[in-house]
Amino acid sequence: MAKRAAPEVNAGSMADIAFLLLIFFLVTTTIETDSGINRKLPPTDELVDPPVIKQRNIFTVVVNKNNQLLVEEKPMEISEIRQAAMEFLDNGGGKDEEACSYCKGSADTSSSDNPVKAIISLKNDRETSYKVYIAVQNELVAAYNDLREREFTSLNPNIGLSYMEASKRYSDPRYVSDRERLKPLLDEVKAMYPQKLSEAEPSKNN
Amino acid sequence: MAKFKKKKGGETPAISTASLPDIVFMLLFFFMVATVMRDSTLMVQNKLPAADQIQKLDKKDRVMYIYAGKPSSRYADKYGNQARIQLNDKFAIVSDVGAFVLAERASKRQELQDVLTTALKVDGDTNMGLISDIKQELRQVNALKINYTTRSGDYTQNTKN
Repeated sequence: MAKRAAPEVNAGSMADIAFLLLIFFLVTTTIETDSGINRKLPPTDELVDPPVIKQRNIFTVVVNKNNQLLVEEKPMEISEIRQAAMEFLDNGGGKDEEACSYCKGSADTSSSDNPVKAIISLKNDRETSYKVYIAVQNELVAAYNDLREREFTSLNPNIGLSYMEASKRYSDPRYVSDRERLKPLLDEVKAMYPQKLSEAEPSKNN
Repeated sequence: MAKFKKKKGGETPAISTASLPDIVFMLLFFFMVATVMRDSTLMVQNKLPAADQIQKLDKKDRVMYIYAGKPSSRYADKYGNQARIQLNDKFAIVSDVGAFVLAERASKRQELQDVLTTALKVDGDTNMGLISDIKQELRQVNALKINYTTRSGDYTQNTKN
């Protein structure tokens, strides 16, 4: 018998197989990484004598069980809360050692002394919806970020980055070389407007 | 046989599909590399609320996930329609959260044990009571770094029903 050539494998169905696998991976893929609002819970051990905080330095936000907002004893819409929180934080009503040199607020004596002292207290009911709670949290964080943004751009006018971009880049592993440079700049504005947002334990509804 | 051959005119030749498998394989490899498989099947509804002031979550090995929400329709007959907590692949009650966190922490490498974040993936329609209970449990076991996992989007989407 003459030497027989090995029969060629039909590769026509290869595309079909590959498509099948492709579709499987397409369906199971979730490319985006999770993101969300980072928070730190207070430790459980109770302080022996809790520091006395002046009432004017506390910005109380209450969300009731019907998802309505009460800000400093006045009802408010979620869309207004960012502005109200910014006015409170940026008020700078303190005198002498508590004075705030960079605040642009109205220096009202009945509102916060200094952004370093100002605390936002967020209270919710057990029946508050999580969606609304997150929306309120988002707006309060946005108030801090907007103020930090303002100070960041006025302190570093030539950097070409906004505060949000800079902090994103700081945590991005692709820009490791920028870390050393950005850290002091970011820490500076964070110290000017420290995020003091307290989440109180929920009230029981009567 | 030559007599059967038709005369070929100016017809355009058919496009060769020989490179189709290559193209498909290329796509396939892309998706294989980019895929992150869900490690636990969701047994609760999980429509996350939207927020835009968000930060990316840490690397996967530093995160533990707690899911909560109403049981999905498949489990609704058995578990009712009150919001429940899901840990790994099981429904759990609030008092299980502490043990879960401690077990997760013990399973991580030594140097990661102090930097763990707890990601709360909670359905938007859940009541805050359940979340507060989870938070109290987390405080008990000193797992203080938490992340409210959200979609990115405008907050006004949350207030619509």
